[in-house]
Amino acid sequence: MNATRNALALGVRRGWTEFLLSLRSPQDQGFYLFMGLGTLLYLWFNRDEQIDGTGISVVAYSLPGILAALLAFGVVIGPAFSLAMEREDGTLLRHKAVPHGMQGYVTGQVVLHSLGLVPLLLVILVPSFLLFDGVMDRGAAGWLTVTWVVVLGLLATLPLGMVIGSLVPSTQKVTTWGMLPVIVVTAISGVFFPVQALWGWVQAVAQVFPTYWIGLGMRSAFLPDAAAAVELGDSWRTGTTVLVLAAWAVAGLLLTPRVLRRMARRQSGSSVAAARDQAAQWVR
Amino acid sequence: MPRSAPPSDDPVIEVRDLRMTYGTTEVLTGVDLTVDAGEVVCLLGPNGAGKTTTIEILEGFRLPSAGEVRVLGEDPAHAGDAWRARVGVVLQSWRDHARWTPRRLLDQLGGYYAAYGTPERPRPYAVDWLLEVVGMAEFADRKIGTLSGGQRRRLDVAVGIIGRPELLFLDEPTAGFDPQARRDFHDLVHRLSDLEGTSILLTTHDLDEAEKLADRILILADGRIVADGSPDALARQVAGTSEVRWACGRERYVHGTDDVVAFVRGLFEQHGDELTDLEVRHASLEDTYLAMVQRSETGAPAAPALVEVTR
Repeated sequence: MNATRNALALGVRRGWTEFLLSLRSPQDQGFYLFMGLGTLLYLWFNRDEQIDGTGISVVAYSLPGILAALLAFGVVIGPAFSLAMEREDGTLLRHKAVPHGMQGYVTGQVVLHSLGLVPLLLVILVPSFLLFDGVMDRGAAGWLTVTWVVVLGLLATLPLGMVIGSLVPSTQKVTTWGMLPVIVVTAISGVFFPVQALWGWVQAVAQVFPTYWIGLGMRSAFLPDAAAAVELGDSWRTGTTVLVLAAWAVAGLLLTPRVLRRMARRQSGSSVAAARDQAAQWVR
Repeated sequence: MPRSAPPSDDPVIEVRDLRMTYGTTEVLTGVDLTVDAGEVVCLLGPNGAGKTTTIEILEGFRLPSAGEVRVLGEDPAHAGDAWRARVGVVLQSWRDHARWTPRRLLDQLGGYYAAYGTPERPRPYAVDWLLEVVGMAEFADRKIGTLSGGQRRRLDVAVGIIGRPELLFLDEPTAGFDPQARRDFHDLVHRLSDLEGTSILLTTHDLDEAEKLADRILILADGRIVADGSPDALARQVAGTSEVRWACGRERYVHGTDDVVAFVRGLFEQHGDELTDLEVRHASLEDTYLAMVQRSETGAPAAPALVEVTR
């Protein structure tokens, strides 16, 4: 039996188990419900609005952007919180004490957070299609585009979450070092309105991060060709989208294993005990 | 379980001049220790003496500042996964895997060892058997988050040995156990050691536990090993190891001595029938431990710190 392949298989099983457990947990059900309801309420109140002077409805424009934002947000913050928390509670140390355990653990995280996207996208897509017309303009070809954008977007953002989770000193700090930057990036990435509404330098910054490109890719999947006129350069820039997201993915795949190894090296029983003591103080 | 192949003669743990410095604080100032195959060795010492640091270095979880460390023939700091598969570590769990059940967790973590099983030493243990052995069978399908502290510790032990380790590290394994759980745990350690030939290194604050479990005791104080031997051998190293109490009429006396027989013979010769009570108490491990630690702290041989016991 090959030990590495065995560990990867165990990791997949771990991710699946954790996914099922999360579906059954009221906390995660509440999160999905909140996200779904929030998005639908926003879309519902803007159901008659149009993006200024374009004839594209706000609903049609925003839905792909919201999907992109949730993808990027969920896949960065999810692993960041998981890693920071499971480093403190000893989950990681347990895997470190087992041969090839870290490989299995990381595989489990990738599987868990990738699967976690499915219910998140579903709670938004299914009701949207029931409530609004003209949301998906391109049929099967559009869904194919959605698929590759999601996969590439996942590869581009998930490693970021792992890096943040490995580097933050404690779970509480994920809010500062993870949530805040991600929210800022999301806010400037043209999710709810075209990015041209912002200053030029902000547009430039937005285009460095994956969120903008995932949103652009999503819109290219849902909206008719004419809507490309609203975008920068009057084009979907599909080639550039693939390049930018692939670059983030490659950078992530190169950097993440190193950061994870460095973090794992520092794990020991006393570091878990120290985190427990600190958390106990926090509660008091 | 079949008895495993006779262990080799090489020590499973060999440490020479191990040093550990945090900043300017020297935690370990030159630890030498050896654990032979199949031995159960207990590391005792006051808080802050460096027990946990030592164990974590041997587990490969911490890099020493200096010194030579060999565990199962390899340097734990750079040993690979095949080495990791032969070592068991019992960790103090806190709140990890709260939504999992013990059975599922053991099944998952045990799976990693499957690639390292051999016909002579199949790995991992069967989960059901192990749950039975650690007394967790009835909680096997409960959520881990709902287990009591003692049940959780037993699960920790099960996780530590699921891979059928040749060497097991236990850092304060019975902290928080009730007397029954403690007794069950001692039986488990004996079983691992006798039937499986597992070498075990444990730390504890419970001297009674150390005396029951250990073939050999090491006392770590001031960052080095100050005593090394069986409980009896250690007691003999402390002067005045026994205490004699007697009564003549209404007067009661106490005297510490090395040579109980000669002293008691003298008592009889001197007092004869006037002796109305006589009690001899050998130094307990606790007495020995306190004397050894005190000796290392003052740097001078200390009188035995015999503890008053009412019987």
